[in-house]
Amino acid sequence: MKALHKLIEERVKPNFTGEGKLKRFWVVFDALETFLFTPGHTTKKGVHVRDGIDLKRTMFLVIVAMVPALLFGTWNIGHQYYLSLGDITTADPWNAMLLDKLIVGAIKVVPLIVVSYATGLGIEFVIAGMNGHAINEGFLVSGMLIPLIMPVDVPLWMVAVATAFAVLIAKEVFGGTGMNILNVALTARAFLFFAYPKQMSGEIWIHNVMASKAGGVLADGYTGATALGHLANTVGQPVSGEVSNGVMAMFADGGLFSLMNCFIGTIPGSVAETSALAALIGAAILIWTGIGSWRIISSFIVGGLVMGVIFNALGLNAYMTIGPVHQIVMGGFMFGAVFMATDPVSAAQTNTGKWVYGFLGGFFSIMIRVFNPAYPEGVMMAILFMNVMAPTIDHYVIEANIRRREKRLTAAVA
Amino acid sequence: MPASVKIRKGLDIRLKGGAHGDTHALSAADRFSIHPTDFHGLIPRMAVKAGTEVKAGDVLFTDKKNPEIQFVSAISGTAQEPVRGEKRRILRVDVVAGGTGEVTFPGLQTTASAGDVRSAMLAHGFWPMLRQRPFDVMPGPESQPRDIFVSAYDSAPLAPSAAQALGDRMESFRQGLTFLNALLDGGKKVQLGIEAGDDTFSGVTEADITSFSGPHPAGNVGVQIHEVAPMNKGEVVWTIGLQDVANLGEGLTAGRFVGQRTVALTGSRSQPALLSTTIGTPMAHIAKDRVSMEDTRVISGNVLTGTERGEDGALGFFDHQVTCIPEGHEPLFFLTKGWLGPGFDKFSASRAFPTWLMPRGKEYDLNTNNNGEERAFVVSGQYDAVFPFDIYPVQLIKSIMVGDIDRMEKLGIYEVAPEDFALCEYVCTSKLAVQGIVRKGLDQMIEEFA
Repeated sequence: MKALHKLIEERVKPNFTGEGKLKRFWVVFDALETFLFTPGHTTKKGVHVRDGIDLKRTMFLVIVAMVPALLFGTWNIGHQYYLSLGDITTADPWNAMLLDKLIVGAIKVVPLIVVSYATGLGIEFVIAGMNGHAINEGFLVSGMLIPLIMPVDVPLWMVAVATAFAVLIAKEVFGGTGMNILNVALTARAFLFFAYPKQMSGEIWIHNVMASKAGGVLADGYTGATALGHLANTVGQPVSGEVSNGVMAMFADGGLFSLMNCFIGTIPGSVAETSALAALIGAAILIWTGIGSWRIISSFIVGGLVMGVIFNALGLNAYMTIGPVHQIVMGGFMFGAVFMATDPVSAAQTNTGKWVYGFLGGFFSIMIRVFNPAYPEGVMMAILFMNVMAPTIDHYVIEANIRRREKRLTAAVA
Repeated sequence: MPASVKIRKGLDIRLKGGAHGDTHALSAADRFSIHPTDFHGLIPRMAVKAGTEVKAGDVLFTDKKNPEIQFVSAISGTAQEPVRGEKRRILRVDVVAGGTGEVTFPGLQTTASAGDVRSAMLAHGFWPMLRQRPFDVMPGPESQPRDIFVSAYDSAPLAPSAAQALGDRMESFRQGLTFLNALLDGGKKVQLGIEAGDDTFSGVTEADITSFSGPHPAGNVGVQIHEVAPMNKGEVVWTIGLQDVANLGEGLTAGRFVGQRTVALTGSRSQPALLSTTIGTPMAHIAKDRVSMEDTRVISGNVLTGTERGEDGALGFFDHQVTCIPEGHEPLFFLTKGWLGPGFDKFSASRAFPTWLMPRGKEYDLNTNNNGEERAFVVSGQYDAVFPFDIYPVQLIKSIMVGDIDRMEKLGIYEVAPEDFALCEYVCTSKLAVQGIVRKGLDQMIEEFA
């Protein structure tokens, strides 16, 4: 590898430095070179040895943690597609048409990922070049999260616009990686939600479902709505009314949205949000490596469960009667708890603050989803709201610390 | 039974090359050097001209702000032209060995008064052994401490144990404690922090003893102050090293300057040994025949807080350890040794590396590679895990970065020294220079109160 490094240093690098023809692309060269080789920089002042961990490895491990959700999501896109066509039924074995499902999924997912990374990294490169600083690795994670929380049939240009908006407005205007207040990926999702409400609702959760409907090949009774979309219809209806009973049947054992199906994730939804199981595998990786905060993940889940129990006790409509465990395995709750709420930049920074932040995030997620059927995905709103609240939470935690110190001083003087 | 404190937050970095066995006496060096830079903020005023003959105990320079504070030579010989750096700042004051004789003064009885002890320490070179909190600087000559803390437990990587460092100087150590007690108001005693299970100090009655267990920085005097009697605004606490207490005891009793130092030569690039010498010994003399110098960083002190002295530098005034580790300027290919490599040779506090899978006894040969580039601050909770103070480290550091004096004070800057943040700096994913930031904050506070 020394030879390769020598080649890069002697042959490639001069093109990007000094009077080199490509010196405008120095940032790109620098990012790629430091990707290949951690520079031989040694410690100067302060500590003489450094921990092996750096931001590249940290970000890479977050992506590794997303892989189960990504793979399952890819498979599920195909699975839902063939379900919608009636080629398979929910009773079919899992491995039926495995390859076909993966291919259908990959055709949808790969372009989403490419568009997200190309747009986001392009902007990052340009801005880093303008400011003359090195590329931060933050977008490696955001760029993967954005496609994973998109509806399957979202037009690619909308992904590009949303990514550009999120990177510029949520991150760069605040000073780039580490300075943002809102989670970048959720900002992209929220942007689409509010800028294109018409395109972002309805039948975009299943690949090609509108074309299938128009062509008359859609399976009988298949609507393609998500679990939360169905449940939203029960709000304002009597608990045991006709509509409610119809919807609730889907959530009973054996229905499309049974507890087990929601947990495994064989239901319609955004690309990689459907499987609570895959998200929990990711959570295990993040918690085990210490990269994701176990405090946030666990308190987020507890917050959701508590709200679920409260709704059960109220029982004002059918939506509220869904069991708390069922509530938290539906929609983007688990994916949000594991990958969105734990974003260390936009979450609370203090350990005590993380408990409060996570709990309220989970609590509000379920509350918003049930109270306001116009926002079926309460998780997005709840986490963004908590992002804004996080500095306030930290403020009170730190004020308590300051007061402790002041009290000690008063006692010492007295 | 002494009171005991268990520290839970921290990290023991397991390095190769600890020093064990008997202590060897190092031959006399041909030079004695003091780096005024060891005393933060000190501006020296030279008291001798180049070429002057000096005896051991003769004044070399004084503190420009407090001329009562004298810095003396530990050996007799010829004073040299000071080594200067940018803006003619004095970096090193040398005495080349030769000649005999030493400065003597009437020795003190154990019943000596506070005034006698103080003036003897000021006049005969013992005062600079003291450091004070807040601000981690040398105390002024009029300074009156609330407490004096001595840590007899250095928990830093490869540091010598108290028994190794103190050797057979227990009698002098106890005399030193007696003199220090005389300086304290209200019949207070020196606070001595020891390692849990260490019975070296079982007979010591001249100090209030607290035992500490747990990972580094359990032995840092700052942590011990925080646990035993945390500092408040306006309070001053002195600290002094274990061996300097013995030097003080021996010197004030005998009426001469004593600057003995047992040094642990450690690190993977050295043949580890315990060496008995004096303060101000050139690093080259300590390293001679025992260190393979090629591509080696020779550090006075430990890998977390020590200083690189360069070829001609000398042992730091407060150091009792020299660490020799390989330099790390090889670029690391990402799949083998770099950020995506398996990383069996890396020691990490995070489980992103397989350190946690390795047997507890495995020792690491770490080099000086930065292991990544400086980045924006992203990861949270990392510093808290290795920082055993009831202080929020990240928030304090941010308040320093924006220069908010009021906030620094509220967040507890009076209690800390840069060394307390050394582990934060080690574990930092974003590779920030945390100790440097804290030093900057303390300097801002000093200016504010000046």
